[in-house]
Amino acid sequence: MSITGRKLFVKALLEENVDTVFAYPGGMVTDIIDELYKTPEIKVVLPRHEQALVHEAEGYARATGKTAVCLVTSGPGATNTITGIADAFYDSIPLVIFTGQVSQNLIGNDAFQEVDIVGMTRSVVKYGVTVSDRELLGRQMKMAFQIAPAGKPGPVLIDIPKDIQLASGSGEYPSYVDIRGYKINTSVHIGQLKKAYKLLKNAKSPIILAGGGVNIARAGDSLRKFAEQTNVPVATTVMGKGAIAYDHPLYIGNCGMHGKYSVNKAISECDVLFSIGTRFNDRITGDLNEFAPKASIVHIDIDTASISRNVVVDVPVVCDANAALDKLLEWAEPKDTEDWITKIEAWDKEHPLSMRCDLGLCPQSIMEGINKVFPKGIVVTDVGQHQMWASQYITLNEGKKMITSGGLGTMGFGFPAAIGAKIGAPNQDVVCITGDGGMQMNMQEMATSIIEKANVTVCILNNQYLGMVKQFQQLFYGKRYKITCLRRNVDCPDDCKGPSGACPPYLPDFVKWAESYGALGLRVTEPGQIEDALREAKANQTSTVIEFLISSDELVLPMVKGGNAMSEMILK
Amino acid sequence: MRDRWISLYVENQVGVLAKVSGLFSGKNYNLQSLTVGTTEHEDVSRMTICVTSDDVTFEQIKKQLNRMVEVIKVVDITSAPLHMKELLYARINDIGPDEMSQVFQLAEVFKVRVCDAGEDCLILECLLTTESNDELIKLLKKKFKKVSIVRGGAVAMESISISKR
Ligand SMILES: Cc1ncc(C[n+]2csc(CCOP(=O)(O)OP(=O)(O)O)c2C)c(N)n1
Ligand SMILES: [Mg+2]
Repeated sequence: MSITGRKLFVKALLEENVDTVFAYPGGMVTDIIDELYKTPEIKVVLPRHEQALVHEAEGYARATGKTAVCLVTSGPGATNTITGIADAFYDSIPLVIFTGQVSQNLIGNDAFQEVDIVGMTRSVVKYGVTVSDRELLGRQMKMAFQIAPAGKPGPVLIDIPKDIQLASGSGEYPSYVDIRGYKINTSVHIGQLKKAYKLLKNAKSPIILAGGGVNIARAGDSLRKFAEQTNVPVATTVMGKGAIAYDHPLYIGNCGMHGKYSVNKAISECDVLFSIGTRFNDRITGDLNEFAPKASIVHIDIDTASISRNVVVDVPVVCDANAALDKLLEWAEPKDTEDWITKIEAWDKEHPLSMRCDLGLCPQSIMEGINKVFPKGIVVTDVGQHQMWASQYITLNEGKKMITSGGLGTMGFGFPAAIGAKIGAPNQDVVCITGDGGMQMNMQEMATSIIEKANVTVCILNNQYLGMVKQFQQLFYGKRYKITCLRRNVDCPDDCKGPSGACPPYLPDFVKWAESYGALGLRVTEPGQIEDALREAKANQTSTVIEFLISSDELVLPMVKGGNAMSEMILK
Repeated sequence: MRDRWISLYVENQVGVLAKVSGLFSGKNYNLQSLTVGTTEHEDVSRMTICVTSDDVTFEQIKKQLNRMVEVIKVVDITSAPLHMKELLYARINDIGPDEMSQVFQLAEVFKVRVCDAGEDCLILECLLTTESNDELIKLLKKKFKKVSIVRGGAVAMESISISKR
């Protein structure tokens, strides 16, 4: 039976069990959207901007573990998605993005709203293609749904010209397609893994380092068992946080640029670094020559290209985290690591992670309030100082997960990703921790949150600055803040060193702004108000914005300056 | 740092060349030459790629190529015995009879063909290894004032019985 492209499109989504599409209309997708209107099984979410649309899809994918689907029009609709696509690429989030395209006879003519979106996104997608033949539509959609979640997940972009949406052709949607250039390695190289385990077995002071790959593979359970059976302490990267419960006796904390002193110290001193699912980017390693200088390094990763790229690895194992851990569990035997763990604990006592909280509202108290009021659920962060405080002080376990933009570090990610997470997991509490700067990058999404009844608790840590940048200016750039101050106006002096009574009012008034959408707006200025405000938000029937007025001078510490050795931490 | 050679089997589709060459520019790999043409299967193209890199970068390049959906096979032919030739045309302009005969002599030495001629100009058609072409160009530029060159980049195939390029 012959059907139109637009009908096949919807049929394909149904066969892929897609229940939600994040879509923004426009001329080149109106046909598909019209077809979706006839499909009650699929919920269509209308965000207010295509960048936010992709972040919402990312939040949805992270919260559900499913591949999320985006649909946008050609030209500006497509170009607006690029930041989101890049974010998903660097954080390995499975997305399928469908872009409308002008009809094939117009491609190349600089037609209205024609852009080469496949060309523009080539370096940030796993696969991208413009469908050039109606008979290829089914195959290429299937390819997208096969490639996006496979191996190291990521975004796939399918660009569909208008004439193909309208053309009649085969009604078949394949249940599987063979892609000769894309074969995922599903077997475990037992020999390599044995070698890796032998190193660990003979180690005196080993560390297991869990990266985001462990969370993506949902291998936390096996990781915990493996650590328990071997008695090896576990460190995490920012993206690996939550792979093991915060209060597990073998969990020692985050490493990296703003990691714990004791953890970076332990990595500098360990004799075997048994790493799983991390790409060892510069925020983790610092100066490569000084990274884990005494250790033999085992690196287990699904992505061959992530192995031996940044650090020299002694035993590489190309493998899915779950498959590797399941095999390792068969061999795991208890080790005596008591002295080593005592040593790490002593380092932690020397320089514990903590902030000064006696002067008023401090970020640590806010994070602790969130931990208390929201023991379960999903915490989503934006990018900046507040993100690092969240990575330091938010506690995670089986019932509580964190979603953050780690690879690309995209300001504006947090709020829409939180909305997407809530849409994917409506029965869970979702808390968004964001900065006053990043919040303003996608604040139009409050409309999406309200109309979709996707209630989130938005905690804005308002320090009146682009704090993370200010921190560098404060420490290394002579305290010049002209365009990192978000209160500044044209009448302010050029060399302002910090807020005073003479500052213009902060724009916007976040409380009034929230209320204008029918959301609840709260302002917290005293430590005693933290928990009450969070409780009120939790019970509230719409989204809530809590603006926490914090000092502009708070720093994220400890800190390792970019390019320095991880052992050279700034502690005060 | 040295020259490495890759023979790359890819899907014969629009955009694949852009994707492969984009990888080299995007990741700052030092691409020396890239040629592409279809194979005995019309849906498969074969690229011959020369890149200058150290060992670690070269490993990374192969892995990055391998993970592209459109790449069917990556073969490192750096140290494989193979046949490898590059087509080059050299036009030597504004030359008198003496210089003309010099060109003919050079052609004989390098075993290349004079394929076209005018009153004061000649065209050489050279099918040589990249290195020999480099040498020939050097010589031509030294001896003659007006030389224009077009070269195609090398293509290679694994050899059957000989071990020399
Ligand atoms: C889209 C984007 N633009 C710029 C940056 C650079 N940047 C990183 S953190 C930061 C400041 C964030 O300020 P805010 O949202 O107020 O958070 P804070 O650091 O103050 O907690 C900036 C500008 C970025 N990461 N993303
Ligand atoms: Mg700020």
